[in-house]
Amino acid sequence: MRWFWIDKFIEFESGKSAKSVKSITLAEEHLHDHFRAIPLMPHSLVIEGIAQTGGILVAEHNQFQEQVVLAKVSKAIFHTTASPGDTLTYSVTLNDIAENGAFISATSHLGDTLHAEVELIFAHLNQKQDEHRELFYPAQLLAMMRLLKLFDVGKNKDGSPMVPPDYMIQAEAELDAKVSGSSN
Amino acid sequence: MASAEEIFEKVREALVEALGVDDDEVTPEATMVGDLGAESIDFLDIVFRLEKAFEIEIPRAELFPEDILTNAEYVEDGKVNANGLAELKKRMAFADLTKFEKNPVVSDFGNLLTVSDMCNFVATKLA
Repeated sequence: MRWFWIDKFIEFESGKSAKSVKSITLAEEHLHDHFRAIPLMPHSLVIEGIAQTGGILVAEHNQFQEQVVLAKVSKAIFHTTASPGDTLTYSVTLNDIAENGAFISATSHLGDTLHAEVELIFAHLNQKQDEHRELFYPAQLLAMMRLLKLFDVGKNKDGSPMVPPDYMIQAEAELDAKVSGSSN
Repeated sequence: MASAEEIFEKVREALVEALGVDDDEVTPEATMVGDLGAESIDFLDIVFRLEKAFEIEIPRAELFPEDILTNAEYVEDGKVNANGLAELKKRMAFADLTKFEKNPVVSDFGNLLTVSDMCNFVATKLA
């Protein structure tokens, strides 16, 4: 079980933009009691979904080797609400990326209707040279990116299909070998 | 070349968007931290907006001389010494350091920058 607030990527251009979808279902527990008898998708979780879309766009820019955290919601304007049965499309543009962080703009659409406009700031956590503090294990992160179909739609800057970085593939192979070794 | 007025207007716009303050709160004398409530992460936001608005690059060390403020050579007992002040003046020619010089406590440095300093900084980058 992971904290997924998007279902999959449908477009992803390295260092530039990303598009993801979130289908809302009444099976999601948070819809039952957030507002009694009115199952609305909480705006905070829409922001989280956009942050996941944008955070992965930012992290991919540096081959997932920077620790990217959501630092600030600069803007969040909601024009309408979303309910079970709706599918939201999050479109994120990477405005700027620097050594210490990144700045994205995003929209959420419900069909053709503008649902929300959001701007976020991400920070790269400082890492001291002798310190290894990973937010995710590479093999786990790769598994999550595969679940989100990142490599099914991802494109590099030159338009070629995106593939996982070598160090992630290696970590995945090592984990597979460990798992199959322990099950024998 | 942008006029001082044009620079101020764009800086004001960036600060209004980044800090959620009202237009009239952004005066040249207002301090970024004390009056406008900027926190450290807001400066990242502000820098991104200024870079975009003026099409300039702002290296972090130019606005925030952390390397000087954490250098034992320049700081003694929590205060910036004469050498440190000289370095700060050299690095931050855009900022008015007269008030800070009187009691150069490192922990007060964050509240030094004013809107006017930010405008001067942008002007030096555009020059």
